[in-house]
Amino acid sequence: MTYGIVIVSHVPEIAAGVKRLLDQVAADVSITVAGGTDDNEVGTSFNKIQAAFDNNEADELLAFYDLGSAKMNLNMVIEFSDKTVHLYDTALVESAYTAASLIAADVKLADIEKQLDELKIK
Amino acid sequence: MLTIENTTKWFQLFSDKIIENKDYLSELDTPIGDGDHGNNMARGAKAIQELLKNQQFDTLSDLFKNVAMAFIKSVGGASGPLYGTAFIEMSKASKETSNPTELVATGLDGIKRRGASDVGAKTMIDVWTPVLEELKAGQLTIEKINADVEATKALVATKGRASYLGERSIGHIDPGSMSSGYLFETLLETGALE
Repeated sequence: MTYGIVIVSHVPEIAAGVKRLLDQVAADVSITVAGGTDDNEVGTSFNKIQAAFDNNEADELLAFYDLGSAKMNLNMVIEFSDKTVHLYDTALVESAYTAASLIAADVKLADIEKQLDELKIK
Repeated sequence: MLTIENTTKWFQLFSDKIIENKDYLSELDTPIGDGDHGNNMARGAKAIQELLKNQQFDTLSDLFKNVAMAFIKSVGGASGPLYGTAFIEMSKASKETSNPTELVATGLDGIKRRGASDVGAKTMIDVWTPVLEELKAGQLTIEKINADVEATKALVATKGRASYLGERSIGHIDPGSMSSGYLFETLLETGALE
């Protein structure tokens, strides 16, 4: 599989829940998550995001997040990472689900992004 | 001029100040945010204290970089990447200059880039910007810093968690501006500006 998905949420259960939803349509896509702070409190963690990048089997990642500070931490990790990461300002659940379905169907990135564009909300 | 010695002292004083005022910072964050600015910043402050206790630094750049990473890895809110980026930019710039005014200017640019924000959005930028002007004029005082922090009360938040409240954010001090106020207050206390 060419692309992997990374989910970043302020809440561990949201991140895990989105992955559970995505796994249903994209069992073969590598999906890693970073939810909450290091202590599993509400927030985002640089370390967890870095681990989600490292543990993803793909070298090219599509990243989705819920609220503002998640994006800032994502951008920080992207600057430190060797992987190619595409970050989307889209509705988290809908866009991650769309991307997972399309990656599973071997759709090209440009076409995936065309569909994601319609889900841009931030 | 900043040196390894006075900058170490700066971060010691800053982290002490944050821990001392942890509850007040969270209190400020409660009506207009998620109430965790004090806890988040205190986690970063403790990480800085640990770092300064256990490690020696050969250069100013090295010191800023390690403080930045300690902060980024421990904070867990918007303040992690924002302060972290400021300190990383200061680390890069301190290879060329140890002038505090120039370093604060690069830090401010980093915050604007990371937060995709600018003056007037009721964020820490609204303290960093006037403080930079006061540094340039050689007129930074504790009174001016307090006035800069206080002035964020009148602003409507258009960035960050408080932006969801819109005009309801008026009348409250921005928590990130308060913690930035502590940063500059403790910079004054080091005597590095004299």
